[in-house]
Amino acid sequence: MSQIETFYDVMRRQGITRRSFMKYCSLTAAALGLSPAYVPKIAHAMETKPRTPVIWVHGLECTCCSESFIRSAHPLAKDVVLSMISLDYDDTLMAAAGHQAEAALQDTIEKYKGNYILAVEGNPPLNEDGMFCIVGGKPFVEQLKHAAEHAKAVISWGACASYGCVQAAKPNPTRATPVHKVITDKPIIKVPGCPPIAEVMTGVITYMLTFDRLPELDRQGRPAMFYSQRIHDKCYRRPHFDAGQFVEAWDDENARKGYCLYKMGCKGPTTYNACSTVRWNEGVSFPIQSGHGCIGCSEDGFWDHGSFYNRVTDLTQFGVESNADKVGLAAAGVVGAGVAAHAAISALKSAQKKTQSSKEEV
Amino acid sequence: MSEKSIHEANPDVEILKAATLTGDATAEDLDSIRRRTSVYVYETPVRLWHWINALAILVLCGTGWFIGNPPPSMQIAEATHQFVFGYIRFAHFAAGMILTVGFLGRIYWAFVGNHHAKQLFILPVWNKHWWSEVFFELRWYLFLEKEPKKYVGHNPLAQAAMFFFMTLGITFMIVTGLALYSEGAGQGGFWDSLFGWVIPLFGNSQALHSIHHLGMWAIVIFMIIHIYAAIREDIMSRQSMVSTMISGTRTFKDDRPE
Repeated sequence: MSQIETFYDVMRRQGITRRSFMKYCSLTAAALGLSPAYVPKIAHAMETKPRTPVIWVHGLECTCCSESFIRSAHPLAKDVVLSMISLDYDDTLMAAAGHQAEAALQDTIEKYKGNYILAVEGNPPLNEDGMFCIVGGKPFVEQLKHAAEHAKAVISWGACASYGCVQAAKPNPTRATPVHKVITDKPIIKVPGCPPIAEVMTGVITYMLTFDRLPELDRQGRPAMFYSQRIHDKCYRRPHFDAGQFVEAWDDENARKGYCLYKMGCKGPTTYNACSTVRWNEGVSFPIQSGHGCIGCSEDGFWDHGSFYNRVTDLTQFGVESNADKVGLAAAGVVGAGVAAHAAISALKSAQKKTQSSKEEV
Repeated sequence: MSEKSIHEANPDVEILKAATLTGDATAEDLDSIRRRTSVYVYETPVRLWHWINALAILVLCGTGWFIGNPPPSMQIAEATHQFVFGYIRFAHFAAGMILTVGFLGRIYWAFVGNHHAKQLFILPVWNKHWWSEVFFELRWYLFLEKEPKKYVGHNPLAQAAMFFFMTLGITFMIVTGLALYSEGAGQGGFWDSLFGWVIPLFGNSQALHSIHHLGMWAIVIFMIIHIYAAIREDIMSRQSMVSTMISGTRTFKDDRPE
């Protein structure tokens, strides 16, 4: 395998002159508020720092993460793959196949021990010794553990790798398990979503390359810069929510006017993602903008939290159709009836007592 | 006694034995009872808290119901000038804050207030007399006892209900409620750093919403039982109930010693 190109090499290869490169370095220093003394330092770093090798493995998944990733506009996925990172193994995107592909994986692991990033799309099923997902003739869980052993950090792409997604939904017959429950000794960045937004995916990688460290993570291990606010917090239909103007049925006048989809079970208020700001397909739209509520695909266990079309979650523990209101109302009804019966018996008892004592007096 | 009293005291008669053994009645209470047939139980801050708390809970239940099941869409003005759902949520948050501050004040009063102000926070589970009185009170509610006993503060069964539904229940609702509030207030902020950890504890925000919602129903059930029991005891027990939470004074209807 050839020596990995530096950023400078890539820029020169793309036709940028040395002069333009130096201008770029001065501009970067100025933009970052650094003194002119930093210009040669930046230039030096760009000239010497090799691009980060990335191994991208696929477990139980539908490739929607890859499909999303290659549609990134800012930065373009081609820039990320061809210029910024060195994507050494990705059986979906790479030219090599079969033994050559597996050899590339082994090569990368050995050559860059402790320096490569492992990106995981999908998750390993653990039932039947992992036989529900076979990669290169072996259970995926073995490939995952092998590749993770010497990784610098692990990126969990999508709801599958982060939380389990549909294959881990109840009753989870293959025991599909999120990556962080299998790999416990590496820093893991969860980038949930089904799929994650393209720009979020490339944004996370760009951050890690630019600053050479993990992005700031929230309590659940998601990059705070994309997952610290709910869809609801930045939703353009929020004024209708605050006004109390809701879509009452899918084909009503309010739906045509673009009112809030809260009553249609929109999970925007409980979903942390950047859809309402970054949007999808080069910022064209996102589910709520196209008239459908958010289904909360970037939340833990979103398949098991009731219907996509209810605001109050179904509590299947109490029967298929029940929810907090139905359970509560039933319980309150039973208690109310009990209280009424108790009051009736109490009244009867004391009436009985009165007649008895008046008889005794007589 | 030097002065003449209209209430003849019987110094050698043991009074309110059960209540003394469970730790409900203090020596001062017994003294008061020997002289008067009423005793001052709930001090002003306790009564004030009770009614503010009751009002806050009513507002919280009403607005909370609407937050889960919004009222029909209203077309009063442009969305910019209309804030119907916003006001409902504001009322919920405001009442929640009042409830929280009130509850903190109530905890403070448990330290500086009288003996009965502590009853809400400590169940004397180590006291076997207390347990036998819990069962006695249970039998009274099951119509197996002819007559209830006299209690100065809460009867042991009521005390247990208060502890689980109010002390623990309100704490649970405050913590989950403020965790939900922290979502709107923004990550990294004051409320998030205090209560944000609660959300992953329940899986995700939607699950926390459900559990907070169920909590409301638990409180509604408590309200039904509480109001029923207070009125029933006011009529059928041997002491005042409803007026005690207004005046603070517990009046006994008879002068029998137990």
